[in-house]
Amino acid sequence: MTIRPLLECSRLSFERDDWPVFAGVSFVVEEGDILQITGANGAGKTTLLRMLSTTLSPSEGRILWQGRPLSECLAEYRSDCLYLGHQPGVKTALTPRENLHWLLAVHPRHADRIDHALSQVGLFRHADSPCGSLSAGQLRRVALARLYLSEARLWILDEPFTAIDRAGVGELETLMDNHAARGGAVVVTTHQPLTLSPKQLDLEPYGRCIA
Amino acid sequence: MAAVSPERSAFSAIVIRDLTLAFRHRGEIANPLIFFVMVATLIPLGVTPEARQLAEIAPGIIWVMALLATLLSTETLFLSDFRDGSLEQMALSSESLWVLVLAKILVHWLISGLPLTLLSPLLGVMLSLPAEGFLTMVASLALGTAALSLIGAIGAALTVAIPRGGLLLSLIVMPLYMPVLIFGASAVQQAVDGMAVGGALAVLGALLAFSLLISPFAAAGALRVSLHG
Repeated sequence: MTIRPLLECSRLSFERDDWPVFAGVSFVVEEGDILQITGANGAGKTTLLRMLSTTLSPSEGRILWQGRPLSECLAEYRSDCLYLGHQPGVKTALTPRENLHWLLAVHPRHADRIDHALSQVGLFRHADSPCGSLSAGQLRRVALARLYLSEARLWILDEPFTAIDRAGVGELETLMDNHAARGGAVVVTTHQPLTLSPKQLDLEPYGRCIA
Repeated sequence: MAAVSPERSAFSAIVIRDLTLAFRHRGEIANPLIFFVMVATLIPLGVTPEARQLAEIAPGIIWVMALLATLLSTETLFLSDFRDGSLEQMALSSESLWVLVLAKILVHWLISGLPLTLLSPLLGVMLSLPAEGFLTMVASLALGTAALSLIGAIGAALTVAIPRGGLLLSLIVMPLYMPVLIFGASAVQQAVDGMAVGGALAVLGALLAFSLLISPFAAAGALRVSLHG
C-alpha cells in the first residue's frame, strides 16, 4: 500500500480581475509536516490559504486531499481541516464561551472541553465577559482556543501570532509541534521566524515558487 | 447526551447565537419597529384624522410600512458576520450552508416580521381600520413578512460584499416584494369589504412556501460568491 500525502497541490494559480496573484505554485503536505508560507506583502499568502480552506477556488491547477480531488470529498475535507483566517470569526457581543459554543456546533468537535480550552489560552477568568471588552490579543486567543478542541487533521492558520505575546507564541508553537507529532499537519503563514524549523514555501509575486 | 443530528444542532446553535446577539443589540431591532409605529402616527396628522377616509387607505399603508420596515432590517442580515469572519467559518462548516442561512432567516423573522405582526393591531386602531379587517391583517402579515424575510435574504447575500450595497439591495429586492405586497394588502381590503379572503391568503401562503424552497439555497450560493470576491 502506498502512503498518499495528505494534501497535494499542483501548479496552482490565481487571478484577480485578470491580474495574476501567483502562478505555478506546487507543494505537498504530508502527515507530520509543518509548512510555513512566506512572502512579501501582497504575494498572495492569504489568497493561497483561503484557497486551501475552499473559500476560493484556484483559477488553474488542482488540489488533492489524500489522493482525491477536493470536489469529490468536499464535506469530508471541510470536517477534516480547521481554518483560522485574518478575521477570527469571533462575535464581540458574545462571551468567549458563547463564541466557542457556536463555532463548535458549526464545526462539530468535543464541545464539553470548552473550559479546558479557555484555560489553556489563559481566558478562563474572562470566559463569561463579552469579547468586546477583551484586547486584540485576547480576541485572537478566543479563536486559537479552537485548536485545543479540534480533531481536524489539517490546520490552516493565517498569521496566528498576530497580537499574541511572546509566551503565547511559544505555547502555540508547542501546540503545532504536538499536532504534527500526532500525525496532523499545519500550514501557516507568519513573518515571525519559527523555532520549529518547518518546511518553507516562498511565494514571489507573479513569480515561480520554490517548495 | 441525547443524540442530536449535527444539522439540527448547528441550526439551533445559530438560532440561539443570533437571538442572543439580537437581545444584546436591542436598540437596532427596535429601530424598524419605531419607524413602523411612527409613520402610522404621522399619517392621521398629515393626511386626515377623519376615520372614514383613513379606513380606506389603512390596509395599504400598514402593508407598505411593514414592507419598508422589513427592508430596513434586511441590509444588516449578513453584514456583521461577513465583516468579522463568522460567515467564512459558517461557509467552511461541514454542514450545508443553507441550513445555517435558514437559521439566520428564521431569527430575522422572529425579530422583525413577528413583532411587526404583533404590533399591527395597534396600528389598525390608530388608522381606524374596520374591525372586520384585523384578523386578516394579522394573518396576512404573519405569512407575508416571513416571505419578505426569505426573499430579502437573497438580496442581502448578493450585496453583502459591496460597500454601501443598501441601494442595490432595494433595487434587487423590491420587484420580488411586489407580489407579496399586492396580495397582502388586497387580502386586508377584501376582508374590510366583507369578501372572502381565502384566495389572497392562499396566494400569500404559496409565495411563502415557494420562497422557503428557493431562498435558503439561493442565498447560500450568493454568499459563496460574495466570499469569493
